[in-house]
Amino acid sequence: MSLRLILLCLFGALALPLAAQDRLPPAPYAYQQLKDPAQEARAKALMEELRCLVCQGQSIADSDAPLAGDMRHEVRSKIAAGESPAEIKTWLVARYGNWVSYDPPFDTATAFLWLGPLFFLALGGWLAFGRFRRGEGDAEDAP
Amino acid sequence: MIAELGLALLWMAAALACLSLVAATLFLRGGSKDLAALVRPASVAQGVLTTAAFGLLIALFVRSDMSVELVARNSNSLKPMIFKVAGTWGNHEGSMLLWLMILSLSGGLIAIFERRLREDTLVATLAAQAALSLGFFAFLLFSSNPFKRLPVAPPDGQGLNPLLQDIGLAFHPPTLYVGYVGLSVAFSFAVGALITREIGPAFARAMRPWVLGSWIFLTLGITAGSYWAYYELGWGGWWFWDPVENVSLIPWLAGAALLHSVAVTATRNALRAWTVMLAVIGFSMSMVGTFIVRSGLLTSVHSFAVDPERGTFLLALMAIYIGGALTLFALRAGSVAEGKKFALLSREGSLVINNLLLTTILALVLLGTLYPIVAEAMGEKISVGPPYYNKVAGPLALILCLVMVAGPLLSWRKDDGKRLWSRLPLAIFAGAAVLFALILFGGKVGILPLLGMTVAGIVAVASLAPLWGRNLRRTPLPTWGMVVAHFGVAVCLAGMGAESAFIKERLVAAAPGDVVKVGDFSVKFVGVKPIAGPNYTAIEGTLVATTSSGSSFTMRPEARTFPGLMGTAPTETNEAALLTRPGGQLYAVLGQPVTGDDGRADRYQIRLWWKPLVWWIWLGGGLIALGAALSLLGRAQLLTIWRARRARKAEERFA
Repeated sequence: MSLRLILLCLFGALALPLAAQDRLPPAPYAYQQLKDPAQEARAKALMEELRCLVCQGQSIADSDAPLAGDMRHEVRSKIAAGESPAEIKTWLVARYGNWVSYDPPFDTATAFLWLGPLFFLALGGWLAFGRFRRGEGDAEDAP
Repeated sequence: MIAELGLALLWMAAALACLSLVAATLFLRGGSKDLAALVRPASVAQGVLTTAAFGLLIALFVRSDMSVELVARNSNSLKPMIFKVAGTWGNHEGSMLLWLMILSLSGGLIAIFERRLREDTLVATLAAQAALSLGFFAFLLFSSNPFKRLPVAPPDGQGLNPLLQDIGLAFHPPTLYVGYVGLSVAFSFAVGALITREIGPAFARAMRPWVLGSWIFLTLGITAGSYWAYYELGWGGWWFWDPVENVSLIPWLAGAALLHSVAVTATRNALRAWTVMLAVIGFSMSMVGTFIVRSGLLTSVHSFAVDPERGTFLLALMAIYIGGALTLFALRAGSVAEGKKFALLSREGSLVINNLLLTTILALVLLGTLYPIVAEAMGEKISVGPPYYNKVAGPLALILCLVMVAGPLLSWRKDDGKRLWSRLPLAIFAGAAVLFALILFGGKVGILPLLGMTVAGIVAVASLAPLWGRNLRRTPLPTWGMVVAHFGVAVCLAGMGAESAFIKERLVAAAPGDVVKVGDFSVKFVGVKPIAGPNYTAIEGTLVATTSSGSSFTMRPEARTFPGLMGTAPTETNEAALLTRPGGQLYAVLGQPVTGDDGRADRYQIRLWWKPLVWWIWLGGGLIALGAALSLLGRAQLLTIWRARRARKAEERFA
């Protein structure tokens, strides 16, 4: 618990003064992979789902922005420390809101986002099936 | 003088659009035939004048005339010539003029070439096209004048965003715009046909070449844009599901659906209302896309509220055009019979399912693009990105590909399941072989890439099936086109699957002399040296990549710095070095210098990726466009039109 608190403060300190941080050297894990390929794969998969908060439409896995580098460092360090991707994501969402995740959760605000496609498919299917000729009746010009 | 002449040409072109619209309306309400005779020449002249205005804007950029605000804001006299020219459309006003030029040219081209439609339908079509361009003329002249002068000319311009200073920019936006705006022709045909109630095979055949033509450009534009992002952004991503990409994909999906449904209408006189509806949707989606990109909505709902003039204008235009077309459709839909019915297991049936899936994917991409904007307006900030689209659109796209396997093998009207089944064993065998090979030797592969590559195997074999047992020289061009395009989908899908499943990544801080292993390559970092480009300075790294068989290749990635011009901040970009091999591409990026513990910056960040089969993605895109081009050659009947004209001229001479 206390470790998490320290990390939270540390990360907060890193993330807030954006302008000052621009010229600092990037954190070690911003541009360095984890030694263990399995851990790196987990970190990579998570980084691809996280939004670079200062870029336009890029994940932190493919951005040169300093903030993205810091977030990559954060994700890799936490994975190396044995945290699961789900825990890290929960922590980041608590800090930045759902805005940080490209994989929106299913809740009342996003219900239509997730169910919409099913609804479209059902509606389209219902319309389309009107087009098909049933049985062998040779209906030609239908109204 | 050039800027004033350009503006005058725009006003004249707008007046001609007005003339076409009024003359056509009077004619359609029972006016004399002379009125109709005005419409064709007016449309052609409008196209010519708008093109000339665009040419003058290019001339202003070429001459670096800094007294024009647009040039001063977006160009610089030191820029290489190609980027001065390309800079013309690398900004809001210039790209809107490009959009308008293509819109006007399309009208002119219909006026010159379209001879198959009834005269009144053609006049109504040209009127619709004139009405569309009139709105965009108003937008350009009243709120985005590209020829605006500055009271005092600055000594030099602010330059162009360095990311955009790339050969990709010279071709990507114009290609995409031709496609985007080309769909306006289908829209106008649909409106014209609704007005005169001429909806049937003749209308579908007249519309088809235009749809194919713009779809070719959309395909090429999206493919080129994807490759541009891939090598320019320096992280090797080729599709981000970014809103700007999505709004180019949405009209492409509409176009794909339309060119399949138009085939049903042209061949079987069925799906008439649906084809008209899709033609309306296609260009509507182009307008929605332009609105989303051009209004500033993408950066944030709030940036839209800060400068709402342009956004509101575009929103109003969109509401008028889309609303008007849909109202017309609703009024006439009752009198448009859907046409002949057919069995589920038939060519038409498979095309209906194709359309159902394509429009569902279209709807969900639109939903995913608009959802965050609407949510933000309602106080909820969410992001919709790759995980959403992979989960929702991925499975639908794979089912669509399986329908594509069956469709071309079915006959029109009605087919029999056993006959279809008897034509599939080889394709299913290919898919099964790919699947087993991946499971046995592929290691841990995600479910979507795994299924993607399997389906690619099935599609690759099945797409060639329509050619089996045929005399290849007598096979009609559109059939060849379909085969090549469907095969291209398989190639593209295989590339996407292989790249995501087997990519190898190495991020290191390397000192000169270090060797890094990635995939099959040993890459030696030789060193760096400073170089100077025409308008930037750069650090160029030298890497020597050696394959396991001993051949070696030199790669030179650059880290460029563009100086800030006229008080703007300097910009840094990465130029990736690419090594293309039969099995994929090696992608190398030179990053920042790294300071060691002793304080010396002797190491550099190097990013290396081995991307198996990645170039198949764009090869596939190219094949899809090639297939559509073959189909267009077969359908446009340019030869027939030319012969008919010659015969008519000869007749007139003897008369």
